Amino acid sequence: MTTTSVDQWRGVAAEQQEDVAASLSVLLRRRTRQLLGGLLAPHRRAVWGYTAAIVVSVAASMAIPALVGIGIDRGIPAARHGDDVPLVVVAAVIVGCALLQAWLYRTFVLGTGRIGQRILLELRQRVFQHFQRLSLAFHERYTSGRMISRLTSDMDTISSMLDAGLDTLVTAVLSIVTVGTVLLVLDWPLGLVSLASFVPLLWLSRWYQRRSTAAYRRTREAIALVIVHFTESLRGIRAVQAFRREPRNNEIFAELNEDYRRTTTDSFQLLTVYWPGIRFIGNVTTAAVLLIGGLRVIGGDMKVGVLASFVLYLRRFFEPIADVSQFYDSFQGAAAALEKLAGVLDEQPSVPMPSRSAALPDPANDGGAWRGAVELRDVTFGYRADAPVLQGFDLAVPAGQTVALLGETGAGKSTIARLLARFYDPVDGEVLVDGVSLRDLAEPDLRRAVAMVTQESFLFTGSVADNIAFGRPEATREEVEAAGRAVGVDVVVRRLPDGWDSTVGKNGAKLSAGQRQLIALARAVLADPAVLILDEASSSLDAPTERLVQRALCTVLAGRTALIIAHRLSTVGIADRVLVLDGGRIVEDGTPAQLLEAGDGEYAALHRQWLESLL
Amino acid sequence: MQTVFNGARYRSLYGFRHYLRPYRWQMWVMFVAAFAMVAAATLVPLVIKAAVNGPIARGDRGALVPVFFAALGLGVAECVLIFVRRYIQSIAVLQVETNIRDDLYRHLQRLAVAFHDQWQTGQLLSRATTDLSSIRRFLGFGAIFLVVNVVQYVAVCALLIATYPPLGLIVSAMTVPVIWLARRFGNEYSLLARRVQDQQGDLATAAEEAASGIRVTKAFGRGTLLHTQFVRQAEVVRGSALEMVALRGRFWSLLELIPNIVMALVVLVGGLAVAHHSMSLGALVAFTTLLVLLQWPIIDIGWILSMAQEAATAADRIQEVFATVPAVVDPPVPATLTEPRGRLRFEHVSFAFPDADEPTLRDIDLDLAPGETLAIVGATGSGKTALTALPARLYDVTAGRITLDGVDIRDLALADLRARIATAFEDPVLFSMSVRENLVLGRPDATDEEIEAAIDLAQADFVHALPWGLDTRIGEQGLSLSGGQRQRLALARAVLARPAVLVLDDPLSALDVHTEAKVEAALARVLRDTTAIVVVHRPSTVALADRVALLEDGRITAVGTHSELMRLPAYAEVLTVDPDDVISAGVPR
Repeated sequence: MTTTSVDQWRGVAAEQQEDVAASLSVLLRRRTRQLLGGLLAPHRRAVWGYTAAIVVSVAASMAIPALVGIGIDRGIPAARHGDDVPLVVVAAVIVGCALLQAWLYRTFVLGTGRIGQRILLELRQRVFQHFQRLSLAFHERYTSGRMISRLTSDMDTISSMLDAGLDTLVTAVLSIVTVGTVLLVLDWPLGLVSLASFVPLLWLSRWYQRRSTAAYRRTREAIALVIVHFTESLRGIRAVQAFRREPRNNEIFAELNEDYRRTTTDSFQLLTVYWPGIRFIGNVTTAAVLLIGGLRVIGGDMKVGVLASFVLYLRRFFEPIADVSQFYDSFQGAAAALEKLAGVLDEQPSVPMPSRSAALPDPANDGGAWRGAVELRDVTFGYRADAPVLQGFDLAVPAGQTVALLGETGAGKSTIARLLARFYDPVDGEVLVDGVSLRDLAEPDLRRAVAMVTQESFLFTGSVADNIAFGRPEATREEVEAAGRAVGVDVVVRRLPDGWDSTVGKNGAKLSAGQRQLIALARAVLADPAVLILDEASSSLDAPTERLVQRALCTVLAGRTALIIAHRLSTVGIADRVLVLDGGRIVEDGTPAQLLEAGDGEYAALHRQWLESLL
Repeated sequence: MQTVFNGARYRSLYGFRHYLRPYRWQMWVMFVAAFAMVAAATLVPLVIKAAVNGPIARGDRGALVPVFFAALGLGVAECVLIFVRRYIQSIAVLQVETNIRDDLYRHLQRLAVAFHDQWQTGQLLSRATTDLSSIRRFLGFGAIFLVVNVVQYVAVCALLIATYPPLGLIVSAMTVPVIWLARRFGNEYSLLARRVQDQQGDLATAAEEAASGIRVTKAFGRGTLLHTQFVRQAEVVRGSALEMVALRGRFWSLLELIPNIVMALVVLVGGLAVAHHSMSLGALVAFTTLLVLLQWPIIDIGWILSMAQEAATAADRIQEVFATVPAVVDPPVPATLTEPRGRLRFEHVSFAFPDADEPTLRDIDLDLAPGETLAIVGATGSGKTALTALPARLYDVTAGRITLDGVDIRDLALADLRARIATAFEDPVLFSMSVRENLVLGRPDATDEEIEAAIDLAQADFVHALPWGLDTRIGEQGLSLSGGQRQRLALARAVLARPAVLVLDDPLSALDVHTEAKVEAALARVLRDTTAIVVVHRPSTVALADRVALLEDGRITAVGTHSELMRLPAYAEVLTVDPDDVISAGVPR
């Protein structure tokens, strides 16, 4: 019931099944194990070292009760005869053991903590980097909220597993092995009875593993949805408040939050059964041992002292098994998170970067710089397989030419821009700069060749200067300010309290859309690419500012190839060539003057319409 | 235990107590179950020991069966008690966490835009997720075992003193260094915990920005730069986390050490006492056995205290958000508009952003008659966007007032006001929901016909071509849509709200000329009987307006019709696109 209403507001989209089939589950687990193995591999020796440390530490602490016994058995009689030395020696050895134990324990905590943090950092680093590598098509499907949840909540889960006390695990396993051996040595028939408890234990664990894997998987999904809704509604808080969306948002959030609670409760309750279940098996075994052992003692097959110590040891056998089950729980939680991360890391970028960049066609030319000749050769592309936007599309732009793309929504203007910026790769055909396919260019070369100012002028937290410098991080402050001045950011900055160093607020909240666009343009100017793409980059500017920008662009674009997408003809003013697109085909192509002269085309009509609108 | 815990540090956590109130019975049961479980767990070995030494040693076959059942019964009781405690925990504590999260979200929705301009989403998110789970862990586990362990500790100490007072007192004296250590550790740890939580919030913010800014990052190929920055921040978090590990290692290992040292002392002193006949051997054996029972509460206090500190600082961070009073709120007694006509007046309105030195808008006087459309024209940075945010009270004016039909908008209930005033922003915000849900944002009760009409008006019929029509989920920020498409949806959304007053911030900037003409024509029909403020950059859009106001540097410098104002050079400058620019385009530069 809830699920359907959740789905209703969210709408339909093609996306991967969230409940995984059994065969897939095996694959997922293998992938997760591989990731975990890879993360642990560099620390294998250290892990063994620290394990040795904790083994010695446990041994030292186990020695203490024995020492106490020695103290009582030997020290006291000696002391009664006036010789205090043995008692003092035993006390000193206990202190020694205690110090050794504490020191080794601390070494272990520090060492494993260091390894854990190293693994966490490595994982954060890998996942973040991989997210950056994955193409836009992935991100559009995955949504930012999910990416955030992978990088925060999932990492937290793994971190808490690492904190959950590997020492408990090591100590427990150690105790189980030693005590198990002791049990067999003490009395092998009873020992076998005790070890027989492993059959139900393993069966229960298997049940728990299967169920909790599924439960934790659902938990990860549920928290991701909570995070998606949370971040989106805070990001869009203006729209939320202006349209009184709060009640509905609260409703949706409560639903998602409740869903998360339910899935968490499910995984909690599995442990609620599993943990006492383990205890139960232990206690039943103990009672059984008591009965069988008792009968054997009475029958004279066993000494009563052996049974007494056997039963006491049995307690120390099952106690650590319960501890292991606790650890197993946090491991299962972390495994579900790791599984999600492994899934991300397993995604192949649909726009992969080549391992080695292709060389420039003629490096001697222009000192190894790109000239910026652009060609789309027989390009076919669509966002969905069934709806191609471009089909066998050809376009050649000589170096240095400024081309304006016109056409109605859906004509393919932005698609051409995105292909040229390599946000996507064509399904068929090639996009070339100076004769080199974009597929063969490494990231740094690609961005020296092509940069794009997108429709949304996203600003990062930081100062105006930081945001401009995003175009070329190694630029000097003078260059940053010069780029800003070139498009008129200096006018914006003059009103701000700290000039270029003023912070722009969260996502540039302190600036208007026009001001943000100017900063985005300055970024592109600073980036200084051979081919510059402006996709609706000046739509929010007022006429004088736009004029200023255009004048600046005349200078900036001189000798540079440029592709300008604009709806307003004023922006087209600086173009050498105009292309009018319709349904993914070029319907007009020429200089603005030529197209105007022809008089009967789309461009001429648009131009007339536009001139009228100015009056 | 008051001494171990600095009361002030737990004030925030204590502030959440009312969330526990509905579950106080469950909490009690959890406590009782925890105690009973510890008791059962302690009793089992004693019973077994008694059984082995008693009936079994005596060879009493008949007594064996009751012993078996006693052991089994206690064992089962222990499991049942664990089950009960965990079961209640999974219900009550998770529900508390969920309720706090719900309330936090509700509160965040109420906090004014100015708050959200300043607070990073990542920081808020880490409070709603990571911090809340710290609190949950403490409530469900730490708090209970803190009490259980303390009681166990005190009980064992009392037993020890009863067994042999001199030695018992010596052993009890170790409480002093433990408390002293715990205090020191607590102080240091809480500072660190807070730092780590803040840094994790920053890291979440970095992740969030990287996610939202992915297009710009791709466009400039700056993935490596962001990665370097992210890793630097992750390393900072790691550094602090390592400090925490080091502190924990030091504290925990000392907690392991102390009882063992005391054990050595007991063996020495007790041994001497036995030797000199001031203590019986049996008493010493009992004493050392009991001392082992003291070890676990002390060792456990280590992680319980870590958990408590983390929960306390997490609670601080959450309470900080709860403590922020929404700046824009409903009046105590909301006025009602009996017959809204849509007369909107700005009376000497000034506005400054919270942290700005200078006002963005000064002394604005505007009077919009019902049904009138006023265009706002001004250069980039003149304050147009700020002006559009005021009528819907996204920000409150800092001086003067805005009235709707003669009532100060601050005297109206927010929901009422925002039902009457709809705003379309220059950055159309779309959520990852179905198209329909995005459109009916302001009017969940809109009929299909109304939705169709709004789509038609905004020329947004492209939505029908989407794979699932109106049910298609569009990405956050409408990622899969073009700027023009997003803008048309935002416009349809505003129109669908059927407000008395429409505020449109540059509503047509991203539309192509064809679409613009069609939308303008449709919009003109809507604006005929709706009061509207329209920010415009283009002369064509000015045609929609009855009057135009020129905004210069935060002041209204002129109001009049377009043709009247065209005589003002400042106005003409802002609005005029020189056709020569275009005509000259054909000429080589």
